[in-house]
Amino acid sequence: MPTLTLAGKEFDVDEDGFIQDATKWDDSIATALAEQEGIKVLTDEHWKVIRYLRDYFQKFGSAPMIRKVTKDTGLPLKRIYELFPTGPAKGACKLAGLPKPTGCI
Amino acid sequence: MKAPPLCPNIAANVHAHRAKKEYLEPLGLPAERPADWRAKALDKFRELLHERRSLSLYMDVCVRCGACADKCPFFLGTGDPNNMPVARAELFRKVYRRYFTAAGKLAGRLATAEDLTDDVLDQWFTYFYQCSECRRCAVFCPFGVDTAEITMAAREIMASIGVAPKYTTEVIRKANEIGNNLGIPLAAWKDSAEFLEQELKEQTGKDIKMPVDQEGAEVLLVPPSADMFANADTMMGYAKLFYAVGVNWTTSTYASEAGNFGLFLNYEQLQKINRRIVDAARNLRVKRLIIGECGHAWRAAQAFTDTLNGPLHFLQKPCPEHICEFAARLIRGGWLKLDKSANDGVTVTYHDPCNLARGGGLIDEPREILRAVVNDFREMPADTIREKTFCCGGGGGLLTEELMQTRMNGAKPRVEAFRTTGADLLATPCAICKAQFPEVFKHYGVDARVVGVMDLLAKAIVI
Ligand code: SF4
Ligand code: SF4
Repeated sequence: MPTLTLAGKEFDVDEDGFIQDATKWDDSIATALAEQEGIKVLTDEHWKVIRYLRDYFQKFGSAPMIRKVTKDTGLPLKRIYELFPTGPAKGACKLAGLPKPTGCI
Repeated sequence: MKAPPLCPNIAANVHAHRAKKEYLEPLGLPAERPADWRAKALDKFRELLHERRSLSLYMDVCVRCGACADKCPFFLGTGDPNNMPVARAELFRKVYRRYFTAAGKLAGRLATAEDLTDDVLDQWFTYFYQCSECRRCAVFCPFGVDTAEITMAAREIMASIGVAPKYTTEVIRKANEIGNNLGIPLAAWKDSAEFLEQELKEQTGKDIKMPVDQEGAEVLLVPPSADMFANADTMMGYAKLFYAVGVNWTTSTYASEAGNFGLFLNYEQLQKINRRIVDAARNLRVKRLIIGECGHAWRAAQAFTDTLNGPLHFLQKPCPEHICEFAARLIRGGWLKLDKSANDGVTVTYHDPCNLARGGGLIDEPREILRAVVNDFREMPADTIREKTFCCGGGGGLLTEELMQTRMNGAKPRVEAFRTTGADLLATPCAICKAQFPEVFKHYGVDARVVGVMDLLAKAIVI
């Protein structure tokens, strides 16, 4: 399994750079991963999405439905794509330390 | 689309990620390639030739006329000769000739036969995962050779020796362990359903239900789980349709996936995943089974449910029924009050998902629905629609990041056809197509949106 050094710590990541153990995540990981995703600075809006995803994942064990993310954060999908260029299910989940959602999406 | 110039091996370096132990073992596949892998692979080969008469027929009837060569979207998009259906099949046939024909056994290479070597296996893994099992080639072959069947056999043989993509095996594992491809657990499924009920309330002012695990409902609707994650409008569309005609329905958290990635790997998993749907229908004591907007789901459910997991005597016919058949039936019968003008302001065209049009005989119903709910509906050119439809480029287990180049190449003929319509909305009843097209449009600089057929129907339904 590939590893990645983020914020001075080693992580197992999958082929697409998603960290494998969601429990090892903290804010510094999101900041370190942001660069990879081509995001220069994490703004309040970014953090709003990241925290929302984290909370949902901790409560339900999966990433939330995309419509729910837009509704509950108050950020339209277009804005989420501006914040996370690869989208809510890829870039945003990656930064939030969630496993990569895969399937027919 | 005009045939591209030949570019030998241009696609040779695009591969799927290989599955490791953690994805292979749960599917009962060897965690690594066994020492006697060649013998094992050939045993499997023999078994499939024996079990699937069509496969052994396809081995011998091809006359290499080349009629299929320029019909494959992945050849048209890459120019790689190995992506011509006849050449793709040849990667398989040369091994067949070597081990299963008298001439090949005696004369080997002279009889254009080849040993199953590491290199051949690598070639298989590359090019049989650049085929989306779309079956377009079969429509044009004068002998009916279906290269998708050959692809399926090659993948099944590879899987039997532990050579499989991470994407497919990971998804199947989730379908087996959690009940759906996305791995949405029960609590999240319920939470999402409740959320969509609130959305429907806000949109319509009505208490439209999104029932979960409701025993004794009349209809079990099995959607692709992507509808409960990414395609909220499609999911709400089903609910609004059932509400409009007063049908009591439910989803199941045991079988919360219509898609069946077994089609992309092997029959064992195909049967196992399909079994969940039959068990859920029985346990929930429903009378009817309806499949949501998903292409390969329909192929798996329609072609295999009765043969692999039947008989389905306890369900009413037609069984299974596709949601587009159900909706078209209601429209024909005058059961729905529709206001077409709700979809004014957009130009709509329809993309036939391969597995609906070629794999499942579902061609007219989605059009009937669209003509009933959209004023400005246009078709793409005749040689690119209906049973001649072009793949979206992401079907057959290719919808994964690392195959993006293949996916974009394979989508090229479809995009060219789409452009001729001037449409700004592409409607298609398939979760894979819905996920693939936004990437395709971005890649080719097309300014258009992608929706489900239910999305447009629901907009027009007056309640
Ligand atoms: S069209 Fe049929 S017979 Fe002709 S080369 Fe293709 S598979 Fe062979
Ligand atoms: S099934 Fe489709 S992708 Fe596969 S070889 Fe035939 S045309 Fe090409």
